[in-house]
Amino acid sequence: MSFNSILIAGLTSIAFTVSAHAAQPPHAMPGELEVDPYEVSNANAGAEPITDPAVLAAFNGEAGIARIVDGLIAGIQADERIEGVFRASDWPRLRRTLIEQFCYILGGPCDYTGRSMASVHVDHGVTTAEFNALVENLQDAMDAEGVPFAMQNRFLARLAPMHGDVVTR
Amino acid sequence: MTLIHTMIAGLGLASAASLAATAQAQDFETGGKLLLTRGISTIEGSGGGGLSSWALITGNETERGIGGTAHATQVELEDFRFQSAGFAIGIHDRFELSWTRQRFDTQDAGAALGLGQGFTFEQDVIGAKIRLFGDAVYDQDSWVPQVALGVQHKSNNQGAIVRAVGAADDSGYDVYLAATKLLLEHSLLLNATLRWTEANQTGLLGYGGLNDHSLQGEFSAGYMLSRRFIIGAEYRFKPDNLGFAGEDDWVDLFAAYAVNQHLTVTAAWVDLGSIATFDDQRGFYLSLQAGF
Repeated sequence: MSFNSILIAGLTSIAFTVSAHAAQPPHAMPGELEVDPYEVSNANAGAEPITDPAVLAAFNGEAGIARIVDGLIAGIQADERIEGVFRASDWPRLRRTLIEQFCYILGGPCDYTGRSMASVHVDHGVTTAEFNALVENLQDAMDAEGVPFAMQNRFLARLAPMHGDVVTR
Repeated sequence: MTLIHTMIAGLGLASAASLAATAQAQDFETGGKLLLTRGISTIEGSGGGGLSSWALITGNETERGIGGTAHATQVELEDFRFQSAGFAIGIHDRFELSWTRQRFDTQDAGAALGLGQGFTFEQDVIGAKIRLFGDAVYDQDSWVPQVALGVQHKSNNQGAIVRAVGAADDSGYDVYLAATKLLLEHSLLLNATLRWTEANQTGLLGYGGLNDHSLQGEFSAGYMLSRRFIIGAEYRFKPDNLGFAGEDDWVDLFAAYAVNQHLTVTAAWVDLGSIATFDDQRGFYLSLQAGF
């Protein structure tokens, strides 16, 4: 066996591993309902990441973000103003992509693999009142995590312009 | 019919048409705004800060609904007492119509001025405002503020007195262009307003005199301490049209607290300068605003 063939075998096995991984693309992850394939890009997160590490620290890093998303989801499910909007949601997928999106925008070591805000919300008929109700639930979840108000606003400032893509009615 | 009546009537008609379209769609939504983002009620009844009219539209409604507010304000000054009370409606977060009655009680100063103890000026202010473009809250990726054009028609009930002190008229109008921007990243709310006015002490001492209309600036800044609580300051430039008494710019330091989505309480320290020859009119401002 020449060095070349070993190298080729090695590369092949690496490629195989990578493609095995790619057999679970972000549009069809295990435990989630499959959605139509889409181009994966951090641009889909809808905002540029915050570069100041103090903000991520104020959110208690990735662990804090996960708790905030769990709190947000619990808030949504208990909020009669918006519970109906989310009733058909694939909660495992929503949780995973929200954590990715928040982590990416807060400058964490994450990539966002979900769809763009416009494509996710195009058929949902979300109103400004419902958008604001979600903001309030997110504020409650950030309060519960102990994120200072000024730091919350630095994050919300990145989310606010999504109003244009999310609100369609 | 003056230009100003035409403008108010036009905005009223546009509001009515907008309402009728909503009614036809059987879609009378109320509520939906975030806390404090409807602003409070100015002493002239418009959505804004306390002394300065802002570009925010009153009421809790979003672009799909209607909302309204009622307010009562009292300002205890060194020598005078000012009160205002009124109501306003907001339509589709686009149009605002307001009516307010102001009372200016001269108390002991009335006797010194020869008007009589407790002599009181009253004034009605009818306002209309239209949001032209921009969104103060959501457009955080742009420097463009929310911009609104407003008019206020004011009529004073003491025509003979205000003419006697040098005013040209007992009624008048203001036109203002307001720009409001929430700099959410900094938890800051900024407002700048340009007012075209000939009102003496906002009209409580009549309109015009030595001068006609002039452009006056109004500037406000607030820092949000929480979703419910904002503190800040305002500065309102004023004209100086009366010969018998100088008129100063107005300043306030305010704290506004949203008890819930319906009730906002605002307290302020105000310095209204010299009024009707009585200098250093500083005091305490308290305003309650209820809304839906």
